[in-house]
Amino acid sequence: MSITFTLNGQSTTLDADPSMPVLWALREFAGLTGTKFGCGMALCGACTVHVEGQPVRSCSLPLSAVAGKQVTSIEGLQGKPAQAVQAAWIRRQVPQCGYCQSGQIMSAVALLESNPSPTDADIDTAMSGNICRCATYVRIRAAIHEAAEALRR
Amino acid sequence: MSRRSFLKGAGTLTALSLTIGFEWTVRPRLAFAKSVAPGGTGGAPFVPNAFVRIGADHRITIIAKHLEMGQGSYTGIATVLAEELDADWTQISVESAPADVKRYANLAFGMQGTGGSSAMANSWMQLREAGAKARAMLVAAAAAQWHVPADEIKVQRSILYHPDGRTQASFGSLVAHAAALPVPEKVSLKDPKDFSLIGRTDSPRVDVPAKCDGTAQFTLDMRLPGMLVAVIKRPPRFGGTVRSFDAVPALAVPGVVKVVQVPRGVAVIAKNFWAARQGREALTVEWDETHAEKRSSADIMAEYRALADKPGVPARQQGDTATAIGKAAQKLSASYEFPYLAHAPMEPLDAVVKLTATSCEIWAGDQFQTLDQANAARTAGLDPNQVSIHTLYAGGSFGRRANSGSDYIVEAVSVAKAHGADGTPIKLQWTREDDLHGGLYRPMYFHKMEAALNAQQELTGWRHVIVGQSIVGGTALSAMVVKGIDPTSVEGASTISYDIPNIDVQLTTTQTGVPVLWWRVVGSSHTVFAVETFIDEAAHAAGQDAYAFRRKLLSKEPRMLGVLDLAAQKAGWSSGPLPKGRGRGIAVAEAFKTFVAQVAEVTVDEHGQVRVDRVVCAVDCGTPINPDVIVAQMEGGIGFGLGAVLYGAITLKDGFIEQDNFNSYRVLRMNEMPRVEVHIVPSGEAPTGVGEPGVAPLGPAVANAVFSATGRRMRILPFSREENA
Repeated sequence: MSITFTLNGQSTTLDADPSMPVLWALREFAGLTGTKFGCGMALCGACTVHVEGQPVRSCSLPLSAVAGKQVTSIEGLQGKPAQAVQAAWIRRQVPQCGYCQSGQIMSAVALLESNPSPTDADIDTAMSGNICRCATYVRIRAAIHEAAEALRR
Repeated sequence: MSRRSFLKGAGTLTALSLTIGFEWTVRPRLAFAKSVAPGGTGGAPFVPNAFVRIGADHRITIIAKHLEMGQGSYTGIATVLAEELDADWTQISVESAPADVKRYANLAFGMQGTGGSSAMANSWMQLREAGAKARAMLVAAAAAQWHVPADEIKVQRSILYHPDGRTQASFGSLVAHAAALPVPEKVSLKDPKDFSLIGRTDSPRVDVPAKCDGTAQFTLDMRLPGMLVAVIKRPPRFGGTVRSFDAVPALAVPGVVKVVQVPRGVAVIAKNFWAARQGREALTVEWDETHAEKRSSADIMAEYRALADKPGVPARQQGDTATAIGKAAQKLSASYEFPYLAHAPMEPLDAVVKLTATSCEIWAGDQFQTLDQANAARTAGLDPNQVSIHTLYAGGSFGRRANSGSDYIVEAVSVAKAHGADGTPIKLQWTREDDLHGGLYRPMYFHKMEAALNAQQELTGWRHVIVGQSIVGGTALSAMVVKGIDPTSVEGASTISYDIPNIDVQLTTTQTGVPVLWWRVVGSSHTVFAVETFIDEAAHAAGQDAYAFRRKLLSKEPRMLGVLDLAAQKAGWSSGPLPKGRGRGIAVAEAFKTFVAQVAEVTVDEHGQVRVDRVVCAVDCGTPINPDVIVAQMEGGIGFGLGAVLYGAITLKDGFIEQDNFNSYRVLRMNEMPRVEVHIVPSGEAPTGVGEPGVAPLGPAVANAVFSATGRRMRILPFSREENA
């Protein structure tokens, strides 16, 4: 069975089991491996993508649920908040092992797209679903504030 | 994107070599260059040694013998070599070394592997010499061409300068000539005052850009033409074996290719992960649990508690502790319980294996190349030199990928073998549940402590009894056990540097069916908690300030004192007590010859909920190579350690692991991360590691802060245990 949706701005049809999580469809059928597998239960956020602009855990979302929708993965990130976040991530030297960072960045971009001036509490709320075992949290927080500031300039 | 174009794309990835482009200036791009013939265009490259290759295209490739798992090894390795080479950073890329113990042994281990925070310590002189010799040969080539003395040539950012002040030559232009020259036997190294890369505080990591745009290549991301994906159904209790299984329902799942028995269980091999996982769910296996571990962790801890009252094997005997405690004006005692801990790296274990009758090619975030090569060879029935390993970025490890039985590598090879060893690439993928149920945990331990204070409130006796499983005993590394002591069980306890006249440290090594392994900072992940909270109890009993009490006992330990003083000063230790409900705690430790002190500030609410507000950390790791990497490792160690102290526990109920995923194996999240301030002690000593030591003092600093806030001693870990409620 095939499912058609918009992936990173392009109409995409994947011939895959509709119950397959979007994570695995992206990775193994669309060939986009930037989105990571961490828990399979929407507990760690490593698989975060945007569906219709909202951050979603793709490991627990069946492919059938995105039929006809707009899906953005780390490979398709565009726009000012995304650029500001990725630049801040590099300036602040956020990643260590780096495995969770695609998901962290996707969550951070979604936060800044909806809230250009997040407080620490806003960051806690938006980012606590994204686990980093290297505990790069101090730098993630700093990078989000820095990206927000850059966007306000 | 169609499936066909994906497969075509996958074809180009097969030729991928782990090459990471980077530069000092910040630019959010790139990393994996497609495989390029060594040296690129313009003829053979200059390969003066095993660690660097310079092409006529000006490209400088530094070969890393250590795994990059987040600790910053690639950056450190590149920095040290490039420093002595006087290389231009914009020309440098880092590539992982193949498995080859002759060229790439960890000089601290005698085999190729990464661990024990040893990457920089063991590579330091080796890489400096490698860089300096390459530089000397380039200089010799220029000297010959220019007919000038070599020592009159200056080198800066990959350019050689003629003494005339006008003529220049690039490294790239000299590679052919340099390659024809003999490698110098001896070479002089830079005076540290001339370092321009080592010690730079604004040095960006080589791996960061690719880790910010999804292009960094992990094992999870490996795709090869025709590759299959396997998951294994393992026994639910340790020690169980397969009695029988019914493959039919699994084979009925579309995409499942084969179901095969392997030593660790039953593997489902499929065209993709989702099919493999569904196949595994459909599979039914009957287990033989005759020899399975069926105890609960509470039963095992009760046995340990009883064992702590019996004499153990001496790990350190100094003076006469029994007499000192007998004559004490004041006696203290306490016991501590530490749970099993999973490493839970973000990337669940995975490995890709391509096995034929004569070769075995492995792709993994490989941490113990030499042992993995040997274990893969034994499993495949090949010679170790028929096994090649491509070391990729690891999505965390914390010790998990460094295991002498090579569990996940051996599993992957055994699946490829059971599939027919026909050259089909197979990716073995663990799930998070596999990870938490899969064993090789930090061992559970029981500690019993006694101390004696004399009438002058001086610490005169110290007894520390440790009960728990050995990490190295019964493994390929069992030679580390000397006179019945596994050093990884007692380090941080037998090695305490407090000046106490009578010290007695004993170890009772236990056996259980639960497989164990080192976990970030190894023995000091539990010993330092016991030592540093108990010394705090002694200070309190002596009526002295916890910092001042430690200072007195460390008067002969300048590096311990150095970090202790720096942390106390920066934290404002002497600035008076915090408001009610808040507290400050201090702890200091040495691990892998790196010294770390931390001051934690906590708030404890009316329900006993602990929140760590701030941690001030001082670290002395010798010459700081990349200060920002050091800061990052301290920050990360603090967060990693805090998650374990607050919540971390793997528990067994009748032999079944009670934690399945991050909902029941809780780890630290963003909202729980304290503010962290890191201060590095300036030093000209040889560099030591920073990946692990930051974890050691965190737990006791927090526990001591909780005591300061509440008057309660935390002796059962994690804090979330109901006994602490």
